[in-house]
Amino acid sequence: MNRDDNRDPEELDGAEEHGPGGLNRRMFLGLSLTAVPAVRFAAATARAAGKTAGKTAGKTMKPLKTAKMPVTLNVNGQEHHIDLDSRASLLDTLREEIGLTGTKKGCDHGQCGACTVLVDDRRVLSCLTLAAMVPGRRVTTVEGLAQGDQLHPVQAAFVKHDAFQCGYCTPGQIVSAVGLLREGCPDDPAAIRECMSGNLCRCGAYPNIVAAVREARGGKPA
Amino acid sequence: MNPFSFHQAAQPDEAIHAVAGDPHAKFLAGGTTLVDLLRLNVETPDALVDINALPLAKIESLPGGGVRIGALVRNSDLASDKTICRHYPVLSEALLSGASPQLRNMATVGGNLMQRTRCYYFRDAISPCNKRQPGSGCAALEGYNRIHAVLGTSDRCIATFPGDMPVAMAALDAVVRTRRRNGSERTIPLADFHVSYGDDPARESVLEHGELITAVDLPAVPWLARSTYLKVRDRASYEFALASAAVALDLEGGRGGHIRAARVALGGVATKPWRSREAEQALTGAKADEAAFRAAADAALRGAREQKHNGFKIELAKRTLVRALVNASEMKV
Repeated sequence: MNRDDNRDPEELDGAEEHGPGGLNRRMFLGLSLTAVPAVRFAAATARAAGKTAGKTAGKTMKPLKTAKMPVTLNVNGQEHHIDLDSRASLLDTLREEIGLTGTKKGCDHGQCGACTVLVDDRRVLSCLTLAAMVPGRRVTTVEGLAQGDQLHPVQAAFVKHDAFQCGYCTPGQIVSAVGLLREGCPDDPAAIRECMSGNLCRCGAYPNIVAAVREARGGKPA
Repeated sequence: MNPFSFHQAAQPDEAIHAVAGDPHAKFLAGGTTLVDLLRLNVETPDALVDINALPLAKIESLPGGGVRIGALVRNSDLASDKTICRHYPVLSEALLSGASPQLRNMATVGGNLMQRTRCYYFRDAISPCNKRQPGSGCAALEGYNRIHAVLGTSDRCIATFPGDMPVAMAALDAVVRTRRRNGSERTIPLADFHVSYGDDPARESVLEHGELITAVDLPAVPWLARSTYLKVRDRASYEFALASAAVALDLEGGRGGHIRAARVALGGVATKPWRSREAEQALTGAKADEAAFRAAADAALRGAREQKHNGFKIELAKRTLVRALVNASEMKV
């Protein structure tokens, strides 16, 4: 998604002075900042330069002291007691604390949909949800959709229509489609594309995803 | 991300006291803007007060007509509300044009009014930015400013207000209801709620610290049923506006008829939801045809100031407004 992420910090520093392709640094940042991962690049640049990253919003960052809070999360019908860092996203908590790694981290900024889960049966983004916000609510992840060996109809439709290539966005696509079924969506491909627009697929498996969603909602596969 | 303490409030006054008593505390509603900005270290609060449990999630009819929308109504629920779809279609359309289904399930009406700009230099947490770090300068003025504003700008800030819902609410003459620390309530017309980024770009609304949005009221005006939203952007969906228009027409007869009154607000081109009284004046009394719509569009953009990369937005906004007015004039209501 962003080749700059893999670059050496020293190299990033160099980019500040010379600028790739003859662009000055500001222009280069401006151009590259149109994509989210480039924001990470910008932060990395600041860290490498050891400059202003510590000063944000007009005040100096405080030394790290984590605020832990005990919470009980209901995930896929099971209760989990967790000593939570108040900053933890629901996404990281599912993956790192509870061990449910089906939910994927894509952009971590609410722009790709890979982290989609259901909270009280509504599809939401777990990267922009703090885990501290969901005690007392029902969280459903992709692991909670099947009944034993019986796949959820959306999962079965995704298999039938080969609605994926690399598979990384697939859990988010599937959970999003389950949310869509509950919300309702007209049965034409354009409407389904709009109803699924919050889930990006870099492989471009969209035609098969649309076919799978149509089948799962009882319409005709495309 | 900076450490912060986390509190859940059960009642509005509890939340208001918790935030008002700490200059670095913030309300947390849907989290779609705030959690993102926490992760970018653009927002660095000491304490978050989760207001999602407050009893402010109802859509109610007002006794004298009109609708009261609780501050915690989710965007998706408001967009699909039958009264809203029927009497204020511009609002439903604006909501559905914004973000994605997941984000609309999270985002709240109150939070959406407080949405912050997508200016790259504001969000990168390192560039000079008068909004993020007052007095540090504006990297966008000399930088890449294709997405930036052409209306309501200053030599300190040209950041675009990114939202859709507030643009529709500006056209609807919505009124924001708030509650403050001393228990007093106030009502703020939406057109006065946001402030242009002039001398103090860090200040984006007239809210005081700790003042809580409790609801948004929509007036009962029958002809607002002839209202619509048009959004133009780089992608077909899930993208911020380059230009958008929220319009309503009080029309005698259909297209080509006499315009008794009009409402016009623009999004994607200004530092706040941009109500254009100039365009409304140009339309009032005119015949609803393309010449009148074009004259209104010229009036709306008369004060526009372009930067190096965003000059295209002026003509784009005019055409967006003309097409929105054509669409409104052809609505069957």
